[in-house]
Amino acid sequence: MGSLIRTVLGWGGSLTGVLLFVALWEWGSLAYGSFLLPGPRDALASLLTFAGNDQLWAAVWATTWRAMSGFAIAALAGVGLGLLAGLSHTLGRALEPISTVLLGIPPIAWIVLALLWFGSGSLAAIYTVVATTVPVAFAGAQIGARTLDARLQEMADVYLVPWPMRLWDFYLPHIVSYVFPALITALGVAWKVTVMAELFATEDGVGAGMAMARVSLDTAGAMAWIVVIVVLLLVAEHGLLRPLQKKIEPWRQARGPMPPQ
Amino acid sequence: MLMCEQVSLDLGPNCILANVNLQVAAGESVCLVGPSGCGKTSLLRLAAGAVEVSSGHMKNHFRTTAAVFQEPRLLPWRRMLDNIALGLKARGVNRHERLARARTLADKVGLAGYDQHFPHELSGGMQQRVALARALAVDADFLLLDEPFSALDVGLRSEAQGLVQCLVVDQGIATLMVTHDLTEALRLAHRVVVLSGAPGTVVCEHRVSTPFAERTPAWLYEEAGHLLRQPVVQDSFLFHPDSEVA
Repeated sequence: MGSLIRTVLGWGGSLTGVLLFVALWEWGSLAYGSFLLPGPRDALASLLTFAGNDQLWAAVWATTWRAMSGFAIAALAGVGLGLLAGLSHTLGRALEPISTVLLGIPPIAWIVLALLWFGSGSLAAIYTVVATTVPVAFAGAQIGARTLDARLQEMADVYLVPWPMRLWDFYLPHIVSYVFPALITALGVAWKVTVMAELFATEDGVGAGMAMARVSLDTAGAMAWIVVIVVLLLVAEHGLLRPLQKKIEPWRQARGPMPPQ
Repeated sequence: MLMCEQVSLDLGPNCILANVNLQVAAGESVCLVGPSGCGKTSLLRLAAGAVEVSSGHMKNHFRTTAAVFQEPRLLPWRRMLDNIALGLKARGVNRHERLARARTLADKVGLAGYDQHFPHELSGGMQQRVALARALAVDADFLLLDEPFSALDVGLRSEAQGLVQCLVVDQGIATLMVTHDLTEALRLAHRVVVLSGAPGTVVCEHRVSTPFAERTPAWLYEEAGHLLRQPVVQDSFLFHPDSEVA
């Protein structure tokens, strides 16, 4: 019962924030006129139109698979390299500057390069996502591998813990606790970069929709696409990554009864 | 048994231990006391095989050696029973059997009902009891204890000492225990070894022949007083103003 009330209050709190934001949006629209800033209802109307002529679902699908495949490639490569860099100091020192350089290159520059190398199309968008999110995953995994607790390792030595078990019971859970927050950040970056890449490089997807909206001066349409991308990001984070984290790291949320001293 | 003959340990440029001679017989409880920084923990790590001697001989003839550290060193992502069963899992005992044995031990150390708790949900004293149960789980005949109760307050420490006495010393498990508390050493030891100096070396050995049942608090304080009256022990334990200046 208590937990139900807490959940309702938690949702209520979030909902209050969202409603407040929508109210501000509506107020801004009334103040500046619906051409400059179309209200939430205009955006919703545009969204319904997109949904009516199937444009919406095609765009959502195109953007989702580009963002997700780019994210998946970046997560695998970044985490793999990050682990190696964290475990070997030499490799870490060699890879770190590369990661810094990659982080320093603005996504828009990657898009230009991708267009030159791959031409327009999905590949350019996916490539841009990979190039911009790899360093994020890399940094998380590297720190995770570097901060393994030496005292726990000594304990493992004394109890003669074999290698496979060390990996599974000692290293992985620790590394995961660093990798997950990094992946959540990377996921956010992946969506944003996908939309930006699509704006320049593809004929479909949310970004392409925004390009169309720009050409036809359809501000309400642009707003509708923004809503779509924010919803996609929220669904991916709270519908996929967070539940996954809860499943893998139950010890983070556990709140048992307080022990007697 | 454990045999140290003329053992020295250098870590980098620092000489930590020099010419240490020490034996722990089967079933014997030996307490190492001494001022901080005299190499007690290093000697324990040598005994555990975590470091190699620089010179001399160190032979551990015990079948299974386990350890309880100064901090609990539990896996924060594993539940209490899985933490107790860690050593059994490392030895390939199947899950069902190792959890059953862990549950029996949890009962013995007074942690029944906390099976599914994660370490951070347990108090410091309970975590240290989990660490003790983990050490007992592997059926060790030699237990290394490194100031395991130093972080506990007086009442909890006495309780934990009682637990070690009945689950370890009375069961005939040989122990080498580091402590900076002389009364703790006198309560649990067959023999108290004083390590002192830099590099550390054995300066005094004291056999305690009084039966455990007769070691009352009053006796402990009296005996500690006797020990402290010996000049070598005094030198290594008590505050002396000259060395502060030097």
